[in-house]
Amino acid sequence: MLKHSMPLVSLDNAGIYREGRWLVRGVSLTVQPGEIVTLIGPNGSGKSTTAKMALGLLKSDMGTCTLRPDLVVSYVPQKVSIDWTMPLSVRRFMRLTGSVGKADVAQAMDLTGVDHLADVEVRNLSGGEFQRVLLARAIARKPDFMVLDEPVQGVDFTGEIALYDLIQRIRDELNCGVLLISHDLHVVMAATDRVICLNGHVCCSGTPTAVAEHAEYKALFGARAAPTLAVYQHRHDHTHLPDGRVRHADGTVTDHCHPDDGHHHEEMEDDQDRGDPHAR
Amino acid sequence: MLDDFFMRALLAGVGVALITGPLGCFIVWRRLAYFGDTLSHAALLGVALALLFEVNITLAVFAISATVSLALLLMLRRRTLPGDTLLGLLAHSTLAVGLVVLAFMTWVRVDLMGFLFGDILAVTRFDVAVIWIGGGAVLVALIAIWKPLFAGTVNQDLAVAEGLPYERANIAFMLLMSAVIAISMKIVGVLLITAMLLIPAATARRFATGPEQMAVFAAVIGAASVVAGLFGSLQWDTPSGPSIVVAAMGLFALSIVPFAGFIRPNARSGQPLDKGARK
Repeated sequence: MLKHSMPLVSLDNAGIYREGRWLVRGVSLTVQPGEIVTLIGPNGSGKSTTAKMALGLLKSDMGTCTLRPDLVVSYVPQKVSIDWTMPLSVRRFMRLTGSVGKADVAQAMDLTGVDHLADVEVRNLSGGEFQRVLLARAIARKPDFMVLDEPVQGVDFTGEIALYDLIQRIRDELNCGVLLISHDLHVVMAATDRVICLNGHVCCSGTPTAVAEHAEYKALFGARAAPTLAVYQHRHDHTHLPDGRVRHADGTVTDHCHPDDGHHHEEMEDDQDRGDPHAR
Repeated sequence: MLDDFFMRALLAGVGVALITGPLGCFIVWRRLAYFGDTLSHAALLGVALALLFEVNITLAVFAISATVSLALLLMLRRRTLPGDTLLGLLAHSTLAVGLVVLAFMTWVRVDLMGFLFGDILAVTRFDVAVIWIGGGAVLVALIAIWKPLFAGTVNQDLAVAEGLPYERANIAFMLLMSAVIAISMKIVGVLLITAMLLIPAATARRFATGPEQMAVFAAVIGAASVVAGLFGSLQWDTPSGPSIVVAAMGLFALSIVPFAGFIRPNARSGQPLDKGARK
C-alpha cells in the first residue's frame, strides 16, 4: 500500500549549475505510478537536463531529487549514436542492459512495428526506425518508470499518433510512471496527466485540453489524431525575451527569471491536479 | 614440451592474444587506440622504476599503468583538457621520465630494445604461467563486467539510468588494460602492444555479427597471428615481436580483399532497406 502512495521520482526545488549558469533551477515535480508527465519548453530550456536529473544521471546542485530505489527504469535518450565499428543487431540491442525474455522482446517489437528488423544492424536503421527500436527496448523491460526524451522524433505523423497511443496503452498495462519530453510546445499526448512547461525553470504547469475541443486544431490534425493529441495552453505571467531577460506581468524587466525564486508561479498553484491524479 | 623455447614462446604468445583480442574490441569500439599507446609508453617508466627499486617488473608496470589510467579518468572527468591532448601528454611525459630515470642508473645495463620490441623467445616457464593465470583472471573479470561495460560503451547514460554499474565497470576495464600491458610487454614489446589490441579486433569486425562474436573472433585471429608470426620469424630469422604484428597485418589485409564479402554472413549491412518489408 505504502509503495503505491510513494512517487516514483520526486524533484523538490532541484537545479543544475554548470560553468557559471543555471541550466535549470527550482524544478519541483513528481511522477506517480500510472501517471504521464510531459515536459515541454523551447530548445535549451532544460528539458533533457531535468530528465537526467530525475534519472539520477546528473546530481542536483540545489534542492533534492529522490528516485525510488529498486525500480525497473527504462530510458529513451534524446540522442544515441552507435559507433559503426560495433556489430550490433537490433535483436542484441533489445537486451542491452538486462536479460529480457524472448516473448517480451518479440511482443515489444511487434507493438512498435519493428518486428521485421530484428536481424538488421542498428547502425543501418533510419532515424524513425531507430526511434521505434529504442521505444521497443524500453517497453520490453516492463518498466516501473519510463523516461522518454522526444520518443517520436523523426517518426512520421501517423506513426507519431500510433506511438502515443502505444505509450498510453503501456502505461495502462504496466501502470508505470512516464516522464515524457515533447518536441512540440503546444501539442502533447492527450493521455498526459500533467504538462510542465520549462524555460530554465518551471514557467507553468497544468493539464492539457483535448484537441477535439478546439475546432481549428481538429481541422489541422484530422479526426483520427484528435483523441490522441491534446493542446496545452500556456498561462505565463512573464515572457522570456530573446536576450535572456524576462518581462514580468507588471511590465518590469529583469535579467533573470529568479531575482526572488519562483514568485511568479504561485498563481499556478490552483492547477487541477496537485493531489493524486490517478485514484487507481 | 615446455623445455623448448619455441614452444614456450608459442604458448605465451597465444595466451596474450587470447586476452588482447577481446579487450582490443573495446579499444576499437570506444575509439581508445591512443589509450593503449599511452599505457604502453607509461610501461617504460614502470620498467625504469622497477630497476631502480629492484622490484618485479611486471608488477611495477601494472602499478604505473594503473596509476596513469586512473589519473586519466580523473582528469577527463574534471575536463582539464580534451582527451587526445591528455593522452599524448601522459604518454610522452611518462616515456620521457622513464628514459631519464634509466639514464641516471649508470650501474644498470638495460636492453632497451628488449622492452621496446619484446623478447618472446626468452620467455621462461614462469612467464608462461604468469600469462595464462593472469590472462585467465583478466578474461574472467572481463566476462564479469561485460554487460555494464558493453552497455555503457553503446550509451553511457542509458546504462547508468537503467541501473548498471558502468562507473565501476569502466575503472575495472582500465585496470584490466593495465594488467594486459604488464603481462604482454615481454611478448611484443611496448611499441607494438597497441597493434595486438587493435589489428585482430579490426579484422574480426569484418566478419562478426555481434559484439560477443567479435571478441571471440579477435582472440582467435590474434592467436593465429602469433602462430604465423612466430613460425615466420623462425623461418626467415626475423625479430619475433614485429613478425607477429606483420602476420596480424597480413590477416587484416586478407580480410579486406573483395572476396571476403562472400563469406561475410551479414547480408543486410549496407544494402538499402527493402521497401516491401516496411510496415
